[in-house]
Amino acid sequence: MKQTRIIGTSVPRKEGRAKVTGRAQYVDDIALPGMIHGATVRNSVARGRILGIHFEGEIPWKEFTIVTAKDIPGKNCIALLIEDQPCLADGVVNHPEEPVVLLAHPDKYLLEEARRAVRIEIEPLPGVFTIDDSLARKQIIWGKDNIFKSFLVEKGDVDSAWASAARIVEGEYETGAQEQLYIEPQGMIAQANAAEGVTVWGSLQCPYYAHKALVGVFGLPMDRIRVVQTETGGGFGGKEEYPSMIACHAALLAWKSGKPVKLIYDRAEDMAATTKRHPSRTRHRTAVAADGKLLAMEIDFTLDGGAYQTLSPVVLSRGTIHAAGPYNCANVRIRSRAVATNAPPHGAFRGFGAPQSVFALERHLDRVAQAIGLEPDEFRRRNFIREGQTLAVSQPVREKVDMPRLMDHAFELSRYREKRRRFDAENSASEIKKGIGFASFLHGAGFTGSGEEHLASEVAAEATREGRVHIMAASTEMGQGTNTIFSQIAAEALGLDPHQIEILQPDTAAVPNSGPTVASRTAMIVGKLVESAAHSLQQKLIQGGFLKPGYPAEDFPEACRRYIQKTGPLEAFIKYEHPTDLHWDDHNYRGDAYGAYAWAVYVAEVSVDTRTAEVRVDDFVAVQEVGKVINPVLAAGQIEGGVAQGIGFALYENVVWHEGRMVNGQMTNYIMPTSMDVPPIRVHFEEIPYARGPAGAKGIGELPLDGTAPAIANAVAHATGREITRLPITAEALLEMLEAHV
Amino acid sequence: MSKRGNKIRVECSVNGRAVALEAYPMARLLDVLREQCGLTGTKEGCGEGECGACSVEIDGTLVNSCLVPVLQVNGAAISTIEGMAHGERLAKIQQAFITHGGAQCGICTPGMILAAANLLARYPNPSEAQIREGLAGNLCRCTGYIKIFESVVAACRAGEPPA
Repeated sequence: MKQTRIIGTSVPRKEGRAKVTGRAQYVDDIALPGMIHGATVRNSVARGRILGIHFEGEIPWKEFTIVTAKDIPGKNCIALLIEDQPCLADGVVNHPEEPVVLLAHPDKYLLEEARRAVRIEIEPLPGVFTIDDSLARKQIIWGKDNIFKSFLVEKGDVDSAWASAARIVEGEYETGAQEQLYIEPQGMIAQANAAEGVTVWGSLQCPYYAHKALVGVFGLPMDRIRVVQTETGGGFGGKEEYPSMIACHAALLAWKSGKPVKLIYDRAEDMAATTKRHPSRTRHRTAVAADGKLLAMEIDFTLDGGAYQTLSPVVLSRGTIHAAGPYNCANVRIRSRAVATNAPPHGAFRGFGAPQSVFALERHLDRVAQAIGLEPDEFRRRNFIREGQTLAVSQPVREKVDMPRLMDHAFELSRYREKRRRFDAENSASEIKKGIGFASFLHGAGFTGSGEEHLASEVAAEATREGRVHIMAASTEMGQGTNTIFSQIAAEALGLDPHQIEILQPDTAAVPNSGPTVASRTAMIVGKLVESAAHSLQQKLIQGGFLKPGYPAEDFPEACRRYIQKTGPLEAFIKYEHPTDLHWDDHNYRGDAYGAYAWAVYVAEVSVDTRTAEVRVDDFVAVQEVGKVINPVLAAGQIEGGVAQGIGFALYENVVWHEGRMVNGQMTNYIMPTSMDVPPIRVHFEEIPYARGPAGAKGIGELPLDGTAPAIANAVAHATGREITRLPITAEALLEMLEAHV
Repeated sequence: MSKRGNKIRVECSVNGRAVALEAYPMARLLDVLREQCGLTGTKEGCGEGECGACSVEIDGTLVNSCLVPVLQVNGAAISTIEGMAHGERLAKIQQAFITHGGAQCGICTPGMILAAANLLARYPNPSEAQIREGLAGNLCRCTGYIKIFESVVAACRAGEPPA
């Protein structure tokens, strides 16, 4: 591996000091002169016709700025993949919590009273609330058939494989919705008028998504819309698409009132109205030979998308491509679809469809192993994919991949074999049953297929006379470390210290579009552009004779000063170029789905108290190969945090629905892991540099969400001998299973 | 019109400085700190006392300031994250959070650091169980808590006072 100086070291978080002193400015910490407050009035029924909007109560309505659909200057939709989601409901409502009216007033307490005094009169229509009812077309609530998108992946000939199978194993698996639960609720500040255009500041992952939505809603030229990211208190996908809605709402109120408007959600509104992880159902039918080799995998994967399409097609895509895992199987068929229900749209959440399909697969494979009398790890070993073999989408694996080695390492750290035997021997004598389980999985980094080619991301860099280097990208810092790793990448390339690199605040008026901060793409894809931009600056200095190759860092400022004096601005502009050897066939859903994958084996050890059905995760080992690790502390932090979210997904986080409405939308009754609930999490990275990543790095952010829940579910199944097929494994659900006779 | 009654005068100290506040008696301490005192380091995460992002100390006791009506702090000494560093010199626990990755998105960090400092004032060398319990009222969605535990351990390792 190439020697690095800055990359691979735990450079402290760039904005760490601002965060630990309370000086970091999140959107709710910002006040503009003359700013007033905004609020959203929402509909409470799942589906219906709006008959009237009534402003009631003893509210001085004349003092209020009131916005409805008719006040929208441009198109009434939040432009995303298509334009099906209204900015404000007009005539009909398709899910509970759909925004109908916006209010603004200087007094936020009076504003809250006013919000409650608006009555939206609705004639209810029957709704659809389950995947089955949607597929059965009980009501047609979207398009012609309630289907947002469907995919078919085919490899080999599944139909002819069943006959030669030693065993055929079937299973059905479900996962519930999961709330992102970033601790900073969503919010925006907007300033808007005809003279200056529209500016919004807020908590978001994707400045250019909000920009696109605002252009549509206001019908203004692109240069009259400006989106600025403020310090963002967690996102996890929850601030990928929904902030566009809030940005438009705040801007509409600002436009009409002529004043800056702050629109901040409280926790209850955030949980009720914003997106969640798609609920899913997966059916598996698997043929295996007597020697344990996979002969055929037939997978049927369905996501509940909620009332509008939003990002469901791409979530479905990632879930579909990951559904067959890191295994070599000649015959694979995956059918998938995302369906409409009358719930708020489900959306991006770290893992993006893969945690759902990977849970189903890894739980199912444990059951297949049992059916053919193999240990779950031995069964996986006989089927792990190797370099040169092809994934379900017929993508040849060109990377060095060594799943058995990752498994060995994870098992050694967790003492898997010894514990598996010991728990088997000791469990019968105890009311506390112990279990150990694992999941082996992969996660593709970057946009799927031709996605990166279409995004065509751009990054700019500029050096100042003082020798400081500014990196300009729309990639956002939301806690995951963008600022720090970009400064490390640029510093490494330029032979400087990271503190000489400044990452400019994402602001659509000042930075090029480096794409959304999603899909584990920031380090690998955008990081590479940052590296190239830094190299380009360096080349200009060297080719112009201002620096000699191998220059000491202290020569850099003087070289910049002389270059700028003589030649003008020292800047670089880099645009993504798609590797010519990566091919994706969108029609047949086949080809190079991702430029690179991260590979992993996670092991969970649990205790199940059979009296209370409470599950504790006692130990967790996460071994993964993610290319070159840029910053070990930040990278481990990504994995540990993802594992904790995965523990929540597996055991606690249960969204309870009633007719499309989340009824436990509070932190008191929607339970996420606390400091008491996390086990020791031992993280280990194998590093095989990826030629196209900056210094060899691949993507990492979403990976831990894929494997954590199935590892835990397999451990619970091992401990209890029960067929775990649904997440979350709440105590209530498990108690029922423990009490049932088997 | 307003159901909030009349404003009252509340005298207290915030980060060692005497302040006089005019506020509705049931106004949340969280809002008064943020809006009147300009101390926006105290964050609102849930508004119902679950997440601990709004943690402050009142007379040395860690509280959720979203649950404290301002009338209760008359005569009290309040400490917020802004009072933690000595000028530009960070408290040990703050530095530890930077070095050991205890802060990611940073929104829980002020409350978490106050909770950690409060814990270390009670247990200068806390056990793992004491750390876990001492931070159980502060939710973090980014770190999985592991690097927060490591930050707390690092802050007390040298045996100096945490703040």
